[in-house]
Amino acid sequence: MSKSSVVQIENLLKNFPVGGDFFTALKDVNLTLTTGEFTGLVGPSGSGKTTLLNIIGGLDSPSEGHVNVLGQSLNNASHGERARLRCEHMGFIFQSYNLLPVYTVSENVELPLILNKVDSKDRRKRVAQAIEWVGLSDKINSRPAMLSGGECQRTAIARAIVHQPALVLADEPTANLDAENSHHIMKIMLQLNQELSTSFIFATHDEKIMTYLRRIIHLDDGQITEDEKIDNPKART
Amino acid sequence: MLFKIAIKNLLGARLRTWLNVFVTALSFFMIILFSAMYDGMREHAKQVTIDTEIAGGAYWHPQYDPLDPITFEEAHATLPSAVKTLVNQGKAFPVLVSQATIYPDGRIMPVIMKGILPEQNIVNMPTQMLANHQEITIPVLIGRSMANNAKLEVGDTFTIRWLDANQTYDADEGTVVHIMDTENFKLDIGHVWIPLEKAQTMLAMEEEATYVTYAKGLSIEENRGDWIPRDVKFLIRDMEALIEADEPNAAIMYIILLCFAAMGIFNAQVLSIFRRGKEIGTLMALGMTRSRVVGLFTIEGGLNALLAGIMTVIFFGPLLWYVGVNGIWLGVDYSDGAMGIIVEKYLIPVYSVKLVVTTTIVVSFIVLIVSYLPSRRIAKMKPTDALRGKVSV
Repeated sequence: MSKSSVVQIENLLKNFPVGGDFFTALKDVNLTLTTGEFTGLVGPSGSGKTTLLNIIGGLDSPSEGHVNVLGQSLNNASHGERARLRCEHMGFIFQSYNLLPVYTVSENVELPLILNKVDSKDRRKRVAQAIEWVGLSDKINSRPAMLSGGECQRTAIARAIVHQPALVLADEPTANLDAENSHHIMKIMLQLNQELSTSFIFATHDEKIMTYLRRIIHLDDGQITEDEKIDNPKART
Repeated sequence: MLFKIAIKNLLGARLRTWLNVFVTALSFFMIILFSAMYDGMREHAKQVTIDTEIAGGAYWHPQYDPLDPITFEEAHATLPSAVKTLVNQGKAFPVLVSQATIYPDGRIMPVIMKGILPEQNIVNMPTQMLANHQEITIPVLIGRSMANNAKLEVGDTFTIRWLDANQTYDADEGTVVHIMDTENFKLDIGHVWIPLEKAQTMLAMEEEATYVTYAKGLSIEENRGDWIPRDVKFLIRDMEALIEADEPNAAIMYIILLCFAAMGIFNAQVLSIFRRGKEIGTLMALGMTRSRVVGLFTIEGGLNALLAGIMTVIFFGPLLWYVGVNGIWLGVDYSDGAMGIIVEKYLIPVYSVKLVVTTTIVVSFIVLIVSYLPSRRIAKMKPTDALRGKVSV
């Protein structure tokens, strides 16, 4: 694996048991992603985008093949080792935000720092900074129920990047948002990608997102059908 | 770290937290109250017996066996000098026991007739109601249940037939002068109480008695002849045995209450935890290990139990105290002895340290277990399933 590679996947196969048989979600997937990439996994529903994202994030295990993320092989990694990798070096953004409903914006954003045992003084500073990045300083004490969909997703982004991870995995981050909010969210993530050199991987079939991506990996029926690199994204700010 | 998150979760969940805490506190309250009532019932039975019957103890005629009425014929004698002195000092009172038969309204009823000193104030019995009835042949004091069974009221007369010391049957007319309400059915069922002097005359046993009950705090007299001293411990031994025999019932009741409480707590906790499947998935995605997830929910359960303990003291404590002082009206009269043990009309719970400590430990343990088990099950799920909220009980 080269020094700058973030994700390296070789001959990945992922089967799910269905009844007495297996459903193949991913097959013959080979992929290398390097530091600072802004990549999308694109394809129709059921093409295997989320499954691939989950395997990269260590939330799911490959049936066959090798998966290496941030220099660590996930094939033989224990649950604890994967959890530690996610905790220290990854951020997650979900389609339905997955904010903890009983926490305020700042408490949701603070959670990864607590899990990383960052001291309280540093935590406060970094939470405030992350919330400022996503433009939610006026909502710091609001709970998710009091926020719009766009604000919830901005909170989720702040939570994903507050501990400055090397890799952010976003599963359909704009699926529940209108066009204006989708563009706003993507601009924020693009800015973070440029300022922090954080690698982003999106699973999406949203056309609006694709205009921001610098690399698009097309998936269909569990296989990579096209790996498209875009030198000059049209909608880049 | 986990403690901090657990505190945040509990404070943040507001209504859900308070619902869980309330259910647990209610369990604490119910178990403590009902077990204390049960203990109180047994303790009360003992206290009533001492208060109304035993006092400090008794000297028995050597022939006297209260469980064998045949012995009554021989169990009478004049009092030993030291015992008589106690009686003269008002520190003891004699009772003369014999078998008799009454004929209320033409029916025949075998009874135990006891002659008692009307002016005694050592046991809590309205014996003074027997005094000052010179116009009545035999003034009779009976209990409420006896009156109900014999269909007698104050002023009613009936024939009493007895066997005197000369082995001669005699009979005369008794008149009910008072019907006593007593919680001690042993003074009531099958008993008629008459003035001691009248009994001694009727039975031709002048100056004689069957046993002498003495006041609390007195030591046993040396100069008591062949009369047998019976202390409180001896006189309540049957009741102690009954209570001891009842221990398994008490334990069963405690376990049943505990099961009800556990079901309530389990429902509230499991519902709460399984509703949080997606949250658990999110925590795992953010990097929380399975053991930490389980630890988090177990700590939350522990804090839940702690808050429930505090809530019990603050909200239910005054109620427990009030009931402990004033008792609970049972609404049913058990003075007919149908329960086989003295049951008061107002049940006063007895809160023992053992009961409170045991209940606190057991309920807290249940809360921890019902927090630990479901969270362990969820934590074993694939994070991807938990994230999708695919959680099943």
